Amino acid sequence: MSPDRRQFLGWGAAAAVTAAGAALAPGLRLIELAQARSPEEAASALQRWGLLIDITKCTDCDVCVTACSKENGWTGHGRPETDPQWIRKVSLRDKRTGYAQTLPLMCQHCEHPPCVDVCPTGASFRRDDGIVLVDKHTCIGCRYCVLACPFGARSFIHETVSGQKADVPRGKGTVESCTLCVHRVDRGEIPACVEACNRDGGKALAFGDLNDPSAEIHRRLRSEASTQVRADLALNTGVRYQGL
Amino acid sequence: MMRFAIAVLTVVLTVAGFADAEEKQVRRVAVPVVKIEKGEACVAPTGEMRRDHMNMLLHQRDRTLRQGIRESRFSLKNCVDCHASRETGSVLGKDAFCSSCHAYAAVSMDCFECHTPLRQSRTASAPR
Repeated sequence: MSPDRRQFLGWGAAAAVTAAGAALAPGLRLIELAQARSPEEAASALQRWGLLIDITKCTDCDVCVTACSKENGWTGHGRPETDPQWIRKVSLRDKRTGYAQTLPLMCQHCEHPPCVDVCPTGASFRRDDGIVLVDKHTCIGCRYCVLACPFGARSFIHETVSGQKADVPRGKGTVESCTLCVHRVDRGEIPACVEACNRDGGKALAFGDLNDPSAEIHRRLRSEASTQVRADLALNTGVRYQGL
Repeated sequence: MMRFAIAVLTVVLTVAGFADAEEKQVRRVAVPVVKIEKGEACVAPTGEMRRDHMNMLLHQRDRTLRQGIRESRFSLKNCVDCHASRETGSVLGKDAFCSSCHAYAAVSMDCFECHTPLRQSRTASAPR
């Protein structure tokens, strides 16, 4: 059997990671490699994709937001109340001490997502590998999910859209939110925000399979303290924060 | 005998005239332009594609979105890649592959409310 293109690229990436890993301690990789499925293979519940965001490294920049906007083709219309917002920078300040922090906030890809609970048509759903998505074919634009999301992660498209990206269909009258760059993840790549933060930002974002014991994100979650936003709601979010 | 021949001829001409009128009636609606821009054969035989392309797309869309199965064979992206016009790069517009047929059949399609009707330049990382 001759190797196909995807397999060949996989070997190349694995070799690159091994080379990068050689500079560090064994088992420590510079770049976490997402495991690629073949295009015919369905997303599996064995995996759970997630993010780990180290706020202590998060700087004042917004490269993650710009990268997301560029990758997914969403733009504002100068109307902050109704503009799409897949990811946004949130600033926190301790009133007493004046200690200020900034962090990116997006869909937290919950295990028990309130947006899925309230959706009357089943358009809002959680894929087997933990990515929470909107099926725009069945979304009726009722916006219950926008209200139900405790993170304010969803937005509604008010305007007719043109010039969409081929991988990211968007249309008026439907709800949208962070897809964890599902089209990239399915190709074995990492989300655009993570890539941009590691390249131009503070290297605060890490992406990986929360279920894979050999993944860097799994190791860090096991050995370092991390928190969920609104942990009191017991949603078991796929996006975790450090230094919050 | 002569009279009978004339009568027969008249009837034949009248019927032919009606048929001609009928044909003109049909032609008042623009006949779809089926211009294949690329490739030798489609993903299925023409008859099957004409009958079932909507079902293929429907099932593929659910598999892709809900299960993450991204086979290119029945994907909308694959349709657009071959059938987009060489001039405009789109499957919509006058004489374009999708819109001219759907206008003829008086079927409105919602695909391109959200999906891009434009052919994408294939990048190295795009699945095929």
